[in-house]
Amino acid sequence: MRRWLAAAVLGLSLAGVAKAAIDTYQFRDDAERERYQQLTKELRCPKCQNQDIADSNAPIAADLRREIFRMLGEGKNNQQIVDFMVDRYGDFVRYKPALSGRTWLLWFGPGILLAGGFVVLALIVRRRRGQAVAGNTELSADERERLAKLLDKERTHD
Amino acid sequence: MKRWIMVVPLAVFLLVAVFLYKGLFLKPDELPSAMIGKPFPAFALASVQGDRSLTQADLIGRPALVNVWGTWCPSCKVEHPYLNQLAEQGVVIHGVNYKDDNAAALKWLADFHNPYQLNIADQQGSLGLDLGVYGAPETFLIDANGIIRYKHVGVVDATVWREQLAPLYQGLVDEARP
Repeated sequence: MRRWLAAAVLGLSLAGVAKAAIDTYQFRDDAERERYQQLTKELRCPKCQNQDIADSNAPIAADLRREIFRMLGEGKNNQQIVDFMVDRYGDFVRYKPALSGRTWLLWFGPGILLAGGFVVLALIVRRRRGQAVAGNTELSADERERLAKLLDKERTHD
Repeated sequence: MKRWIMVVPLAVFLLVAVFLYKGLFLKPDELPSAMIGKPFPAFALASVQGDRSLTQADLIGRPALVNVWGTWCPSCKVEHPYLNQLAEQGVVIHGVNYKDDNAAALKWLADFHNPYQLNIADQQGSLGLDLGVYGAPETFLIDANGIIRYKHVGVVDATVWREQLAPLYQGLVDEARP
């Protein structure tokens, strides 16, 4: 009985440690935690470029995370929080940039390239098929005679 | 084999070469500021000296450089002598002491001379956040109405001053003069 109790107490203490290492912020509910995680993944660290602020250890990223937590607590919606960041750091901080005249190529460029690739592929396939149909695969009478002779020769050598 | 296919590798190479060459001169760590053309953000903070409280209204009246600095920032030490020199020439420079220990900041100013007319103590980094600061030193240029007109990220030295800041500053001074 005592052993079981000791094991249970040890197990509880482990759980506490694991939780403290992960959770630095106390959220009201899981939905808020999820929004926090989504926002910190969508926003880019201005100092350590190519890292999102969830991932970065830079002091500025920590400040921005704290700021997001604060605004979530104030009941701001995602759009307001993203606008707050963009107002200060520019479009650069968005990993999901808004669709605008400057960013449409970013959004549609890959699709356009893919479509272009399919068009080229289709053209090549069509041309190949055309050639295959045009090229006569039947042997002419002359050719058949030559072939018969050649095969005959082979046979006499056996 | 078609002739034109032989040109493809050369064409691809040239295209890549053009982009790589351009890449040599890009500075991806210098972000365009989102604050250009906007008024200096509202704040109410103490001065570094602790003798008065400052707000954005205190910055209005004259074109000025607003230099974001900290004693923890090695590049700030590099640019400090040049700021002293500019201040001596009569350039108005205000400081934002960004996320710093106030005692260390006072010691720094005593040791290395104080080029700042006003020095805002932004210990929590709240003003820095509103300014879109992502590293020190950063230097903003504001006009007489307190509108941010330009931002330089990194050390201000003679070259930066001559080529970027001085013409703009002079322009703002002329603009402010009736």
